Amino acid sequence: MKAIEVNNLTKRFANFTAVDHITFDVAEGEIFGFLGANGAGKTTAMRMLCGLSLPTSGEAMVAGLDLNTHAEKIKRRIGYMSQKFSLYEDLTVRENIRFYGGIYGLTNAEIKSRTAEVLANLNITNEANVLVKSLPLGWRQKLSFSVAILHQPKIVFLDEPTGGVDPITRREFWTMIYEAASKGTTIFVTTHYMDEAEYCHRVSIMVDGRIEALGTPKELKANFNAEGMSDVFLKLARKAKRGDD
Amino acid sequence: MNAVEVNHISKRFLKEKSNVDALKDISFDVKRGELFGLIGPDGAGKTTLFRILTTLMLANSGNASVDGLDVVNDFKEIRKRVGYMPGKFSLYQDLSVQENLSFFATLFNTTIEQNYHLIKDIYIQIERFKDRKAGALSGGMKQKLALSCALIHKPSVLFLDEPTTGVDAVSRKEFWELLRQLQQQEITIVVSTPYMDEAGLCDRVALIQEGRILQIDTPKGIEQKFEQPLWQMASDNMYQLMIDLRGFDEVKSCYPFGQHHHVVFKAGTDVAAIERKLLERNHHQLEARLIAPNIEDCFMELMTTTAHESH
Repeated sequence: MKAIEVNNLTKRFANFTAVDHITFDVAEGEIFGFLGANGAGKTTAMRMLCGLSLPTSGEAMVAGLDLNTHAEKIKRRIGYMSQKFSLYEDLTVRENIRFYGGIYGLTNAEIKSRTAEVLANLNITNEANVLVKSLPLGWRQKLSFSVAILHQPKIVFLDEPTGGVDPITRREFWTMIYEAASKGTTIFVTTHYMDEAEYCHRVSIMVDGRIEALGTPKELKANFNAEGMSDVFLKLARKAKRGDD
Repeated sequence: MNAVEVNHISKRFLKEKSNVDALKDISFDVKRGELFGLIGPDGAGKTTLFRILTTLMLANSGNASVDGLDVVNDFKEIRKRVGYMPGKFSLYQDLSVQENLSFFATLFNTTIEQNYHLIKDIYIQIERFKDRKAGALSGGMKQKLALSCALIHKPSVLFLDEPTTGVDAVSRKEFWELLRQLQQQEITIVVSTPYMDEAGLCDRVALIQEGRILQIDTPKGIEQKFEQPLWQMASDNMYQLMIDLRGFDEVKSCYPFGQHHHVVFKAGTDVAAIERKLLERNHHQLEARLIAPNIEDCFMELMTTTAHESH
């Protein structure tokens, strides 16, 4: 079974088509890079896949559930993390884990054991009772990812998870992504770092609401006769007609 | 006279009942007409430094000048001469595009017409939305409006705090081309960014991390200071390759870089022997070749060496 299957998914706002008949699927345990210029429709598409916004037309199955009929249930089976919003800064590390564990319906025993796991994995057992806002940004992002997969979701959506973090932490973060994927979690990730696009198993590139290219980084580079993913992206995104407005 | 001079600036904040050193004894100069980059991750102190140089905040110690004027004693004069585009969108959301621009022009006793040539290339891209409220603009357009407003009084020094954060690769490239054009208009530009690949577009850069400057030089100069041989490696299983390499005692560092890993071995390592070991562990299509380091390699190397010194 596919983790995500999308068929002609479309979202219109009045007479503006933000997402225009996109079709693709994502395999279980795959790291799928969802790229596109600002304004290409990535966020709108991602919001639909997370069950936050209903499609105008088209279908999608996410974690085995129909988006049009089971949006609420989908939310329980997925995890989500973005650079902008992730953790509550005025809660401690432990309180954040407990809060999200509660939201996702974990039992007290599960919350207790997973808290210990997360703290040990990130090597922050001594910081368990520290407010999140006083943690360095890099730690916060790693904690935030651990919290997003606390309930062991089938799929985790990562919206520019590494923006602004230092280069070493950015790589440690990707190591965490690889580990989660190797355990079967499907990763759906957006990024503006083109070297990170190379770490994905497959990448799609959106232009003006449509998916203009989809394949492994290797295939895309061959198809577009490009040195790296950065060139592929520039070649495609330059074709965009609709401005970022 | 330098456009910007910073001498031993330190800034400390009280945060959660403990002191945080946002800037630790920072010194550097920016030459007139230079495009100078402050490169570092969030929390490095870039914004604090900008706020001190634009006279919005006082340092705890040290001194600084902009356009030959002292940031403390001559703050009123400096404010007339600098342009500042903060990282956070700070224009009036309830005013239209044109109203914002004419507001800033009026504040500085000038008019849009007088300096239109400076902003023309940028403003032309948003002019068709001139009656739209600034709050209703997309990210890319807000950025162009903010830059127009920061330029409308023809500043001698322009401070841009992370203008390309969260911006896609195409728009980032266009933005840097724009900065190059502005430089021709005799405006000194100090720009900060967390994107290491943008360092190469500056005349000189300061690499900054945790309130400290790790190094200042031309991008080429920084790359040349990386003294160890750097290997680029790849195989058919990149994740396993990283785990295996990091497991070898001979490996000093191994970081993923897109489709390759960048590896530094301890001095005297026989790399051919390492390759044989990897082949024994079933890595196929193994590649290993010496390459020149880039700014990100240098930044990570400096991060780890200075971390050892300070702890």
